[in-house]
Amino acid sequence: MRYAEAGYNLEIDLATGNIERVETDPKLLETHLGGLGTSVKIHWDRVPVDTKPFDPENLLVFSNGLLCGTPAFSCNRTVVSTISPQSELLAYPMMGGFFAAELKYAGYDKIVFRNKSPKWVYLWVHNDKVELRSAEHLTGRGALEVQDMIRAELGEPNAQIAAIGLAGENRVFTASIEQGRSSSSRLGGGAVMGDKKIKAVAVRGTRDVNLANGAEFIKVMDEITKYINFRNANPLPGVMTILSGIGSPQEMKHTDEKWHTESFSWGNARTRRRDFWSPEHEAEWTQTQLAAIKRLISCFNCPQQCGALIQHEDVPPYMAKCFGKLTWSMGAMVDNLAFNFRILRKATEYGVDNFSTPQILAFAVELYEAGILTDKDFAGCPTDKEGRYEWLLDRVVRREGIGDVLADGTYWAAKRIGNGAEAFAHNVIKKHEQLPIKLSVLDPLYFLMYSTNEKISITQIEGNWPQAAFPTREMREDFVRDWPQLPDPKMKEYLLEWEPRGEKSIPYFPTPDMCCEIVDWMEQVHNIDDALGFCAGMSSFCLKPPYHVHNFPLLISAATGMDVDEAWVKNTVRRSRNLHRAVNVRRGMRRADEKPPEDHWKKRFPEYEEKLLSTYYTYKGWNHDGIPTRETLESLNLSYVAEDLTKRGILSDGQQ
Amino acid sequence: MANSRKVKTITVKADKCNGCRSCEVICSSVHANPKHSAINPARSRIQVIRYPLRDIWLPIFAGEYTKAECSGRNTYVFGDTVYNECDMCRASCPSRDRFTEPDSGLPLKCDMCEDEAEGPLCVKWCLNDVLTLEEREEPYEKPVVTATEMELGLQSLIDRFGAKQVNETVARMSRR
Repeated sequence: MRYAEAGYNLEIDLATGNIERVETDPKLLETHLGGLGTSVKIHWDRVPVDTKPFDPENLLVFSNGLLCGTPAFSCNRTVVSTISPQSELLAYPMMGGFFAAELKYAGYDKIVFRNKSPKWVYLWVHNDKVELRSAEHLTGRGALEVQDMIRAELGEPNAQIAAIGLAGENRVFTASIEQGRSSSSRLGGGAVMGDKKIKAVAVRGTRDVNLANGAEFIKVMDEITKYINFRNANPLPGVMTILSGIGSPQEMKHTDEKWHTESFSWGNARTRRRDFWSPEHEAEWTQTQLAAIKRLISCFNCPQQCGALIQHEDVPPYMAKCFGKLTWSMGAMVDNLAFNFRILRKATEYGVDNFSTPQILAFAVELYEAGILTDKDFAGCPTDKEGRYEWLLDRVVRREGIGDVLADGTYWAAKRIGNGAEAFAHNVIKKHEQLPIKLSVLDPLYFLMYSTNEKISITQIEGNWPQAAFPTREMREDFVRDWPQLPDPKMKEYLLEWEPRGEKSIPYFPTPDMCCEIVDWMEQVHNIDDALGFCAGMSSFCLKPPYHVHNFPLLISAATGMDVDEAWVKNTVRRSRNLHRAVNVRRGMRRADEKPPEDHWKKRFPEYEEKLLSTYYTYKGWNHDGIPTRETLESLNLSYVAEDLTKRGILSDGQQ
Repeated sequence: MANSRKVKTITVKADKCNGCRSCEVICSSVHANPKHSAINPARSRIQVIRYPLRDIWLPIFAGEYTKAECSGRNTYVFGDTVYNECDMCRASCPSRDRFTEPDSGLPLKCDMCEDEAEGPLCVKWCLNDVLTLEEREEPYEKPVVTATEMELGLQSLIDRFGAKQVNETVARMSRR
């Protein structure tokens, strides 16, 4: 019997329609856990190095995490992995919702799509019954509305459905995969899904997920539950509201947006409005939000309420979460929140990323105002801000006119437009739009996270370490007093010494060595989450979260029957982390690619940044170019990777 | 003086439900054999009826088994939310697969986790306090079974199994 995992993957050949139910190697659990870990292994083993995102050989893998479907609260993430059309690297946009657990209950850990379908299809998985069904009649339908249409067509109200909208159908590089209130958004998984002509994946499962030692698992969860209740009743003092609780940022619950609206940049990640949150704006935004939110909702088996059912004026109901509440108004430089709630529904039905897409539209507006795009490009476009923005969105998702160029994202669009447009694509790392935030002094921790993580999107790399130094020693002492999540208590000293100004402040403090430990720890927690299926909001993307390096091994042991400790868990995700890096290195990623946008901080320290990067590479066991050394790979039982990289001339013979 | 008995009820504050289905997860887990060895919400004796875009998130507990589907297909309107009568029904009923063991097809019924010292686990695991257990003493008179009622019961057994088998069973049981 397999424990925690289902032990089977679905292999779908879209070209032939062949469907196979394949038993997976139980040893992979011991070497890569599951979720992202085992998905990365599939990509390494099976995707040829020269595969382009829209080649038939590119795989699109839907995976649940190892502990999805168990009673572990908030363990519900689906990892979608594929070669991104935007970064051309191995991306893994994830989503919460209800899909991952349902897939496990249907008896599968992953669905692996290969090749392309000649006609539009959707996959219907109902336990052992798996079929590709025609979706020709569903094209053009919204990513949300099509989910209910498929449920009705199947007569299965409990089916969980991940679908694309027009943007995915038209291979827009920022197309998302939508599923209920959740979406797999970053780096264009929806575009690859559309390229393969998969309109949706529908799943219904009524099988058991087995636990090796269920009684022990529940005992561990009882302790974790006590802490969840404690944290929900005791928000952290001394940090902004949005960081004080657990769960994803509670954007639907909290109405205080002073920090986001005044600290984040508006337009094309360009304008900081430090006095935006006036009493008038606060009153209007609060009223709009409270009127629009019909109910706070959650993902599968999660006590937090990060999402909401939205009923805004005459806009048909939809569901939303997180920062999409603000990005459209801020991108369009529209001062009211009503516009955001209106266009957000359209964006959800189209199926687009709420971070990149608003920036792409703002980028187009900037190019127009700079005369690089012309009236010809904007023929038929309304002149008001709101109308112009919606018009651009409509063009992008259909790839009509200038929309066809913009649909590739700011980096690729700027290259195609030329004529100085490149300077306007200023907020990308590895060709991917970043959070619209521009700050004053280099932060060494964020520098490393931005530069080096395979996730590329900063919003999902940071988390356990406070974003800024506490102003007083007393506050720091209060914070470190109860901090069991730390991997090593010595790190309390780092925080105690860290000051907002002076010698012990950014950019030189925490020191490069300290930064390495802190960043590596945060990244490690993310990697564990992504292998197990935990929401980062209850773990890696959260101050003092319920799940951490000390209780993960207890859950893994009880669920799987393996007797694992912290060192084992860390080493296992380190293996997957290095394998992921090797996939991207093999695809050409190098040190030169690992840099934040030039304008991310006003005060930069080029030499020091190089030192930071080199120190971190060494700490990670990578060479000067960011490539895992032979020694590192061999220590992780990845000799076959070292051999491959050597054969390709990426690692030199004898190079450490 | 009248006798009394303990009555347990669970109050469902449906407006507070965020639709997470933790109640389903833990119900199926605690009813697995051995306890907590397997999880499968399809086996749960509480199910959250979910129509998100219609603002319907309604936890329903499994009630009695019924041999045949009823004719009730009415709708109920609370505020601006429209519920189907069928969605609100607790029965394990042949018209649908809700509250039916997915493998055997046997009906499921909530037992209020009677073997659990902490009471129903769905209540404990709903961290949003949608479910509240209430226990109270109620006056209770042991019902007097009249001859007519007994005859009705026996008649249904005879209809189903035949008089001979019923006679033999009663005789065997009487000898114990």
